[in-house]
Amino acid sequence: MTQILTMVAQRLALGLLTLFVVSLIIFLGVELLPGDLTQAILGQAATEETVAAFRRELKLDLPPHERYVAWLGGILQGDLGHSLANKRAITELMGVRLWNTLFLAFISAAVAVPLALGLGILAALYRGTPYDRAVNIVTLSSISFPEFFVAYILILVLAVQLGWFPSISNIGEELGFWERVYRSILPALTLTLVVVAHMMRMTRAAIINLMASPYIEMANLKGLPRVRIIVRHALPNALAPIINVVVINLAYLVVGVVIVEVVFVYPGLGQLLIDAVRTRDIPVVQATGLFFAAAYILLNLTADVLSILTNPRLLHPR
Amino acid sequence: MTIEQELKTLASRRGITRRGFMERALALGATTALATTLADRAFAMPKRGGRFRLGLGHGSTTDSLDPATFEQLYMQVVGSAARNNLMEVGQNGDLIPELAEGFDVSDDAKSWKFDLRRGVEFHNGKTLDSNDVVASINHHRGADSKSAAKSLLDAIVDLKADGKNAVTIALKEGNADFPFILSDYHVAIMPANGDAVDWESGVGTGAYVLERYEPGVRTTFKRNPNYFKTGYGHFDEVEVITIADVAARTNALTTGEIDAMDRVDLKTAHLLKRREGIKIAETSGTQHYTFTMRTDTPPFDDNDVRLALKYAIDREAILKTILRGHGALGNDHPIGLSNRYHASGLPQRAYDPDKARHHLKKAGAEGLTIDLSAADAAFAGAVDAAVLYKEHAAKAGIDINVVREPDDGYWANVWMKKPYCAVYWGGRPTEDWMFSTAYSADASWNDTFWKHDRFNELLLAARAELDEKKRRGMYEEMQAIVRDDGGVLIPMFANYVMGLSDKIGHGQMAANWSMDGFKCTERWWFA
Repeated sequence: MTQILTMVAQRLALGLLTLFVVSLIIFLGVELLPGDLTQAILGQAATEETVAAFRRELKLDLPPHERYVAWLGGILQGDLGHSLANKRAITELMGVRLWNTLFLAFISAAVAVPLALGLGILAALYRGTPYDRAVNIVTLSSISFPEFFVAYILILVLAVQLGWFPSISNIGEELGFWERVYRSILPALTLTLVVVAHMMRMTRAAIINLMASPYIEMANLKGLPRVRIIVRHALPNALAPIINVVVINLAYLVVGVVIVEVVFVYPGLGQLLIDAVRTRDIPVVQATGLFFAAAYILLNLTADVLSILTNPRLLHPR
Repeated sequence: MTIEQELKTLASRRGITRRGFMERALALGATTALATTLADRAFAMPKRGGRFRLGLGHGSTTDSLDPATFEQLYMQVVGSAARNNLMEVGQNGDLIPELAEGFDVSDDAKSWKFDLRRGVEFHNGKTLDSNDVVASINHHRGADSKSAAKSLLDAIVDLKADGKNAVTIALKEGNADFPFILSDYHVAIMPANGDAVDWESGVGTGAYVLERYEPGVRTTFKRNPNYFKTGYGHFDEVEVITIADVAARTNALTTGEIDAMDRVDLKTAHLLKRREGIKIAETSGTQHYTFTMRTDTPPFDDNDVRLALKYAIDREAILKTILRGHGALGNDHPIGLSNRYHASGLPQRAYDPDKARHHLKKAGAEGLTIDLSAADAAFAGAVDAAVLYKEHAAKAGIDINVVREPDDGYWANVWMKKPYCAVYWGGRPTEDWMFSTAYSADASWNDTFWKHDRFNELLLAARAELDEKKRRGMYEEMQAIVRDDGGVLIPMFANYVMGLSDKIGHGQMAANWSMDGFKCTERWWFA
């Protein structure tokens, strides 16, 4: 157990270092983009005078390294800073949207993960049957289509023709839980269709891989039913790769849903990031970037810890 | 034609008011009852109530409620729902007093005095007085102002309160159109907070009280029960939603998630129109698209080259292809059909490769090769328009090389930098405003870097001229000068095309800006 705790501590320290590098890269990246916030916001209205006044006000006239150090100082004191564009606190800007993003990721995952595992186990069980083929074809096709295409097909059928669900996710804080779920169903369904294939295929492959092992052979010879062999004997040993894939997909649900957000007008973090990049609002880009990076690091850490817990052999790499 | 048919045609004619209709109907011999029924049908009386949900293609997380930073439709509509101006452009394009009751002007159009409407209350209960007006205008002035209205208000040398209910303004030089400037959406009136204004709270005098503001997502309003205008502000609640993707916006309208949308996709407008329960509304205002040449840079410093380029474009084809006919032909000057002094007598410039060749020869520039910078940031379809133009110009022996620029930073790096580029103009309500924004020699947005002495003389003279007829003459001459000498090629004026649920009722739609002059929330209703 102490070994695991040491590993977690080490990984967290490395994670902090990664976050620092990420923040540096984001800052430099945004600096390299043409134009700055003042020009982006004033647009056609940017005259030399107004741009200069605006820059003075936002301290954008300072050299980049000074601005970076000032920002870093704020972060170290737990202050994410304010949006340059509208002076609102970033915690306030991100708060609601962060919650929305996590909500969507949560309901998508709640559907997708059990579904993928179930389908994968069944596919392993009925390997080579028409059912196996059908599941493979359907999931692989849904992952092969671009997300926006899947989204528009769902809108066309479920919103425009059948009228069952709203075509845009107009959600706000004042809505109750089930109303929010109802309005988020189409984006959640789209995401589910996109991530199920990966997880399901991995489950199937990992189990089938083990089916040739001597101990499974033994179980077979004992006369155990196939369902029991798979669920009790094969699955626990196949968990490590499955957990990894599930977690990668969870991370994707949190950080990679920008297109789905745009199509369904879902007010999540992705849209915030795009807006911020477009207007070169560096503090907001930094904050969202850091959050995404942190989400990845933490989820990966969780995956490793869980894998080790299910398979202690991994603690002793050869 | 029976009287009834005749009246129906009359009622459907653009620009007729209910009153005018009734007068003519009675003169034609209709009974009062018949005329009233028909009038009610054509000019449906506004009804109160309902929650109006409007989906707009703009709006971003970085928006702010500070009117000095407003630059796109979302904030313009939100601002107009919550606040008012001293003056307003009415539904038929006339300038009418809004928070002002009226104004006095000296003969040289230099000194102005605006009387304020009395007893108007802000949403927070404060009564409007002259300090609020002074602070709201000063918000855009001063060295540290970053307001887009700063240059508009530069002409003010003195601004002060005259008692509680009047404001006096002195201008550097006479400007007969000055009240129009006070109708600009930037110069909205907000409550004063010391010398500054309180824009953070969104408090104004407007028809709707701001309830919840989530930049880049949505804004909700409740009706202002104490609104000072009668007959405006019919909805109980208003919700303005950002829907950036045009397909998502269209879906939301067809599935009844929203009641109105802006910027209909022109490629599918005819299909949307066929759908039951949806109507398309269109206004042709001052919005225009240009190809802008820097007249200080060769070869565009030669007017014959400029004329050759102007003759080398097939405007009809571009209007038909890029705007699908939702617009009007441009005549190389920025004054639109809805402007007061539009020069209707000027012949329309047409596609004429022979004339283009003739001018090229005169300039000694045969076999001209030029770069044309375009990006969809300039206007939707700018790159396509540039490519079409390239084909048209090839017939006149001009080789246009279309340079596709990145959308990002277009206004900072391409506009007013590259010698020939595509540009979008929202247009301005008055001739003087448009010309002094982008055509006068000292304008900061003089994107053609054009200096024409006669034009600049006329601009000054017309600005202070109070005689309508003389003014018209001057503005018409100026349009001709821009058309024949200026550095701008204006192939088309673009309509504002909006999609509405047929439950929405509205009167004549103002053409000065999209969404009924930004004022759809107070002018429309649920029929």
